[in-house]
Amino acid sequence: MKIAEIIGNEAVVESGGLKKKIGLHLVRNIRIGDYVIVHAGFAIEKLDKKRAQGTLKILKEMGSGR
Amino acid sequence: MKYVDEFRDIGIAKKILKDISCHVDGEYKIMEVCGTHTQNIFRYGLRQLLPKEIKLFSGPGCPVCVSPTSFIDKAIAYSRISSFIIATFGDMLKVPGSSSSLEKEKSKGGDIRIVYSSLDAIGIAARNPGKKIVFLGIGFETTIPTVAASVIEAKKNRINNFYVLSGHKIMPPALEALLEDKKISIDGFILPAHVSAIIGSVPYEFIPNKFNIDCVIAGFEPLDILHGIYMLLKSRFDGLKPRVRLQYTRVVKRKGNRKAIGLIKEVFRQTDSEWRGLGNIPGSGLVLSNAYKQFDIEMNRKIIVSRPKENPLCLCGEVLKGLKVPLECKLFGKRCTPQAPVGACMVSGEGTCATYYKYGEGGLTG
Repeated sequence: MKIAEIIGNEAVVESGGLKKKIGLHLVRNIRIGDYVIVHAGFAIEKLDKKRAQGTLKILKEMGSGR
Repeated sequence: MKYVDEFRDIGIAKKILKDISCHVDGEYKIMEVCGTHTQNIFRYGLRQLLPKEIKLFSGPGCPVCVSPTSFIDKAIAYSRISSFIIATFGDMLKVPGSSSSLEKEKSKGGDIRIVYSSLDAIGIAARNPGKKIVFLGIGFETTIPTVAASVIEAKKNRINNFYVLSGHKIMPPALEALLEDKKISIDGFILPAHVSAIIGSVPYEFIPNKFNIDCVIAGFEPLDILHGIYMLLKSRFDGLKPRVRLQYTRVVKRKGNRKAIGLIKEVFRQTDSEWRGLGNIPGSGLVLSNAYKQFDIEMNRKIIVSRPKENPLCLCGEVLKGLKVPLECKLFGKRCTPQAPVGACMVSGEGTCATYYKYGEGGLTG
């Protein structure tokens, strides 16, 4: 879910047009525009965009039988 | 949704499946530990897409399912005290206790409220100063730090009528207990995605080191699961030494989320814990630490419940160990359905029985 707004220790996240408030108590250095994994009302970890692209690149190159 | 839809692409799934089929060298038994993996394997029909040599089994990774009947009985007993409010995640309501369920108690007038987060329970406590609010603490390492953060909030804001009934459990000791059971044979584990986001990969290293079993921490999306299966197969195919491999690199770090681990260590301490199906596992549970014991409802008001009663025909325990599939249970789909569950595995959306009931074994034929 994408961070849309940060208010102290809380943030508003949005995903597919849906907005909700979550706690930022478990994560560090969160900025607007970051993607986070949300569980039971809290961000539990930040998604690493570069690594996500890296995994997708590996997946797209599969299918050669190697 | 960005970073989700890309991992559901059928074209890429076909490519991964092609590479999987090139690396099959005999039967390969995989246990997916987490209920969310189980759900998505069925939702996307992955079993039907995989070569028949690959067998998938579900493990003890549904928090509602592994909570023993005695925990439900205690929650019910607290709900019967008139000055108490029970706050719980919704899927606990239908879980059968020995003679009732929280849903039945609610219909009889018990004050039982469904919350989305433990922070909501603190809100209820602040608005009801004359009541004692008991939050049912179930869940693994993914949920535990969220409850820890709420307990710290309660202490900071001097909310003294908020309590936790802690049935929290941690995953590595349960996996070790499962592997000590000689009846279970597994070639590879798909380890939980979001539990691992908190604890990292290090706490699982005993699995390859002591039991010589390969592991992969894979994300929950279908491409992640297929990629994880590919990584396991390729490792055996290439004759590599078993270890804990990381597929879900966009979220999981080897050392986990240090801040969340710190909060767990501050608020909780390890204890023995009873698991449905697996019995008592030393060091597998968490209760509030000395510094936070004022929030432990069992310290504040001890309740003794009698020996729990369970339906002897229910195979939930065997299903949780991956020894039986729900279709082998005489109650499945007849006396036990999601509307009227007999066992906990039929209650939660993450439960193996509920998943089999919803999606069937089904798939393509001909």
